[in-house]
Amino acid sequence: MDTNSKDKPGLWQIFAVFAKIGGFTIGGGYAMIPLIEAEMRRRDWIPEEELPDIVVLAQSAPGILAVNMAIYTGNRLRGLKGSIAATIGAVLPSFVAILLIAMVFTSFKDNPVVQRIFQGVRPVAVGLIVVPAITMARRSGLYWWTLLLMAATLFAVAFLKFSPVYIILIVLVGAVALSCVQEARRR
Amino acid sequence: MELILQLFATFFVMGLVNFGGGGAMLSLIQTEVVTRHAWISEAQFTDIVAISQTTPGPVGINCATYVGYEVGGIAGSAAATLALILPSLLVFFVIMHFYARWHRTRAWSSAMGALRPVVAGLIGAAALVLMFHLGFGERGLECSVLRENFPDWKSWLLCGGAVAASLAFKVNPILLILIGAVAGFFLY
Repeated sequence: MDTNSKDKPGLWQIFAVFAKIGGFTIGGGYAMIPLIEAEMRRRDWIPEEELPDIVVLAQSAPGILAVNMAIYTGNRLRGLKGSIAATIGAVLPSFVAILLIAMVFTSFKDNPVVQRIFQGVRPVAVGLIVVPAITMARRSGLYWWTLLLMAATLFAVAFLKFSPVYIILIVLVGAVALSCVQEARRR
Repeated sequence: MELILQLFATFFVMGLVNFGGGGAMLSLIQTEVVTRHAWISEAQFTDIVAISQTTPGPVGINCATYVGYEVGGIAGSAAATLALILPSLLVFFVIMHFYARWHRTRAWSSAMGALRPVVAGLIGAAALVLMFHLGFGERGLECSVLRENFPDWKSWLLCGGAVAASLAFKVNPILLILIGAVAGFFLY
């Protein structure tokens, strides 16, 4: 802590800031990053140069990006209590909103107009899953081994009904082991 | 109660192994909840995805809350949401000191690089399964269109249009879903 550090923000304040961010961003984690950065900057809670580190760490840890961002930012502000306050703030508004929608939608689901609307919405929703598959495939680069991994995963999950959980764990362990072996050979 | 515990365990594992953002989360939820446990149907899941993408908040959390509600009511939605968040908190406070140093190592970054094509395959599989019934039966490879999501050629046009509009013109997904809703009202 430097000498002119301000008082730490209160837990309620942290909760409120993240509830505001969580309640007004549609689209999830990536849409939240600039908002979190802007709030931290505006309130002078976290020095500018520390913000990229938080984003990198949040992206490389498992789980939901928005939750990780809340945990790391909250922790930086007030430790464990801060991270819990921030996480609850980021999640609570959408939890309540979805719960209300789910309750209402369940009773309107069989309404013919609602059914017509969702008949049009469904193919679009499927299309919006095709898009990140294409973007992610492009980002992973088109080499023989990436294409092989991609095709093998697709086949194993879509046709053979393998659980992705095992595939992720196997690739994770395999890649770490492989690069450790390479490292050892280099020495 | 057993169902709630199953929900909790299922979503906890997903929170632990998801390294691929919202899209990967959706594919995990789909394979576990629709394919493996058959708690909800493909069409139901597609509706939930659409609603999750148009409601504020992280898509993965929204989807978990909704699926939890469909499977186990309010208790189910709380269990699924909490279970998805908990691993992140645990990872942070249990292994963070170790992880903060380790995630910059060559081994870990190569593992993340290797996961990228896997995640692409996972999301692609999720999209395929929402389009077709796929699998191996007595007569070998079986494949038929999922009629609940794609009843006719108009629905394929809507899907293709959404993909093209999103990739080529970066049209906002919420706007695309709203267009789908209006189109559905007039076409069906």
